[in-house]
Amino acid sequence: MNQKRTWTIILSVAAILLAIRTFTGPGMGKVYVENSNKAFIEVNGKWVEAPVGTTSAVSWVKEIGTTPGAYFAANAVDANQSVIHLSTSRTLGVWIAALLTLFIFSFLYRDNPFYKFAESTIVGVSAAYWMVVSFWDTLVPKLFGKLAPNFVAEHFMPNIKRETDYWLLVPVILGVMLLCRLVPRAAYLGIVPLAFIVGTTSGLKFVSYIESDLLAQTASTMKSLAVVGDGGIEVGESIKQVLLFVGVIAGLVYFFFSVEHKGIVGKTARVGVWYLMITFGAAFGFTVMGRIALFAARCEFLFDDWLWLIDPTGRRAIADAVEIAVPALLL
Amino acid sequence: MSSQSFIEKLDAIDRRWIFLLMALSVGIPIFVIGITGTRFPESPTPTSLATFETIEALPEGARVLMSFDYEPASAGELQPMATAFVRHLAHKKAKIYCQTLWAAATPLIEQTLRTCVIAQHPEWIYGEHFVNMGYQSGNEGVMKVILTDYKQSFPNDYRGTPAAEIPMLADIVNTSSFDAIIVVSAGYPGSKEWVQYVVSPTLTSEKPTKLVAGVTGVSAPQLVPYFPTQLKGMLAAIKGAAEYEFLVNQAVEARNPGVKIPAQFMDAQRRMAPQLFGHLLMVGLILVGNTIFFARRRAARLALA
Amino acid sequence: MNRQIALLVTLVSGVLMVLSGFLIPTQSWAEDVAEWFNVLASIAFVLGAANLAKIHLSKISSRDEGWGFSAVTLIAFVATLAIGFLKIGVAPLETAPLVSMSGEKDGEGSAFWWLYTFVMSPITATMFSLLAFYVASAAFRAFRAKNVEATLLLVAAFIVLLGRTFAGVVLTGWIPDSLSFLRLENLSTIIFEVFASAGNRAIIIGIALGVAATSLKIILGIDRSYMGSGD
Repeated sequence: MNQKRTWTIILSVAAILLAIRTFTGPGMGKVYVENSNKAFIEVNGKWVEAPVGTTSAVSWVKEIGTTPGAYFAANAVDANQSVIHLSTSRTLGVWIAALLTLFIFSFLYRDNPFYKFAESTIVGVSAAYWMVVSFWDTLVPKLFGKLAPNFVAEHFMPNIKRETDYWLLVPVILGVMLLCRLVPRAAYLGIVPLAFIVGTTSGLKFVSYIESDLLAQTASTMKSLAVVGDGGIEVGESIKQVLLFVGVIAGLVYFFFSVEHKGIVGKTARVGVWYLMITFGAAFGFTVMGRIALFAARCEFLFDDWLWLIDPTGRRAIADAVEIAVPALLL
Repeated sequence: MSSQSFIEKLDAIDRRWIFLLMALSVGIPIFVIGITGTRFPESPTPTSLATFETIEALPEGARVLMSFDYEPASAGELQPMATAFVRHLAHKKAKIYCQTLWAAATPLIEQTLRTCVIAQHPEWIYGEHFVNMGYQSGNEGVMKVILTDYKQSFPNDYRGTPAAEIPMLADIVNTSSFDAIIVVSAGYPGSKEWVQYVVSPTLTSEKPTKLVAGVTGVSAPQLVPYFPTQLKGMLAAIKGAAEYEFLVNQAVEARNPGVKIPAQFMDAQRRMAPQLFGHLLMVGLILVGNTIFFARRRAARLALA
Repeated sequence: MNRQIALLVTLVSGVLMVLSGFLIPTQSWAEDVAEWFNVLASIAFVLGAANLAKIHLSKISSRDEGWGFSAVTLIAFVATLAIGFLKIGVAPLETAPLVSMSGEKDGEGSAFWWLYTFVMSPITATMFSLLAFYVASAAFRAFRAKNVEATLLLVAAFIVLLGRTFAGVVLTGWIPDSLSFLRLENLSTIIFEVFASAGNRAIIIGIALGVAATSLKIILGIDRSYMGSGD
């Protein structure tokens, strides 16, 4: 109960600080964009940028992300300018991103519906994302674009080569058979494409693992133990080479289970275990490093992009100057 | 409170207090560094130095393939590397060919090119100096194809322009056409597969493919055996990124005396401060945990005696 | 019959991939087959997504516990699919302004880009960062120097954690140059490039033998476990 009260106080203080931050200072979590007018006309069958004022041009406005500093600077020059302006959708996006970040972090306190909501959302979004990317980046250009190039060129990829290649019906047929796995009565058809995937992967792996991980790695180990430099044998480098060689051999002996680990084999295997323990220790250290780096990046997002508490990359640097300069000028 | 009961209490501490300590040990330095802009000096390790030297040795106009094999989940660790790589290549006036084997990486490529190429070198022309070939599915299947025919796997760029209409692709046949390959990777498919399927088949050829990699902390120890034969250089985790960033900035400053390096190109160096305190906390936690362990073991032995 | 065809397909595709590494005339065939494989990999995404939809639909229809979250997943899935396939908010290519669906699916400002930037990126990145907390808790509770092996693991982790930050420089910067290898940052490099390299190389070589043997068994039809039960 006591602990619960402590956590309530800590979380309440955080909420109050957040509320204070929301209503003070030059704002937070705002995203600005710059309008870029795009207008094109067709000249000799090619579309080129239209001169300003061309009425027959096909045109649209593209919003390009910019910094709050650029907005403050532009407003300081002309308060009525509208080229750089607040983007409602992107500002909302930053707030949603911040909330989703907090939802995920809330799992550290305990499992809760907010976390589950974010988790469920990402499962759906990710699955669809991969599907959409595969569709537009692989299937449209490399499959539909080869089977029905004119249709693809007219609707999706106007610059695509208009060539057909009906051999691509092979992966289509295999793909349809693969999707049959979803229908229980036709699931047996899915074995053939699966066999193709497994066979191809096995063939690829067989060669590459032998070539790269067995032969090349063995060759990298079987080097002269005495490293010779310009000034004769380099003692430090030679010791490293010996340690490396001993470690690889000892490690392999440890993994060799066909012989009982007794006597000299047992002792060598024990050295191998020591090497592996140092290896796992190093792996632990690097894993910690990686995860802390990811957490630091999320903190930066919350403090910088959302709360505007810090400005390490100077994206709002001019804001402070304007805040000081404008009232001074008015006075 | 006796020391024994204190140790018992400490041992049974709610893990959420440890979580809070971690949040503070990373959050507070970020806040302080964000305001003061202080950074620690970097002394590059051999793998980072080798990475820098491999890129630095490339001639002007060198063709460099860069594969962004990661997604936003690992961007905190890998984006500073990708930024530093592209910046270094741009600084060396290399031709930059970007691609990815991870579905969720194309916006990261665009963002990196905007920050490091378009904003810094507005005179550079898309398709002549840099290109985004986008994503292709198939993992090592794609590597197998580009090993002998790059354009079969990447027939168009990200915008659907056929390879034949992109000037800088005119003399690209396969992965051997590139003077170097850079892979920034978070897992499978990543640097390991590039070593296996693209570098290793060329090891005994006249012109072995030069590969350097930027990898996450989790995968760095698994890749170090490939250095320096199959991997010419490697940036390991955020520390590797910070070291490389430092070297690139130093090179830029040396060639352009008086130039001011924008803070956005020091992301990794800045993040070494929260990293330091996070690591110190980890060391502290392990020490306290072991103190508890040995104290309890001693108490148990005393009780038995 | 179906299984016999599958075994033949595995054998032919596998052998072709192996041969293409040695026989130049087979390279172009292998390229084509690998391209089919790559296209099929894209179609496999459809299978994965359809499977996901199927599981969550059944959870909703049977009102399983937490079916509301399954509904959230499905809504997110369908909305993202619709936004992505219809290229909502995507401007056309500047070289083809009249082809409305010619633009980049995730170009800046598009709805798909918005989902990527403000939903997918923050959630996945934060989920990955959660491990920083759990690893801290685990280090406190389970990382004990119980014996020689555990102590070696712990010392290596210590050296890497301290040596790869400025702490290493502060703590051992005083060590004279003649003994500079004892400085934490140099020790951490030795651990990484010598010990971890040796340990991982032994693992890599071991795995290579295992993968090569397994691949060969699959290609030759000795290992048929991928076909499911019965073999």
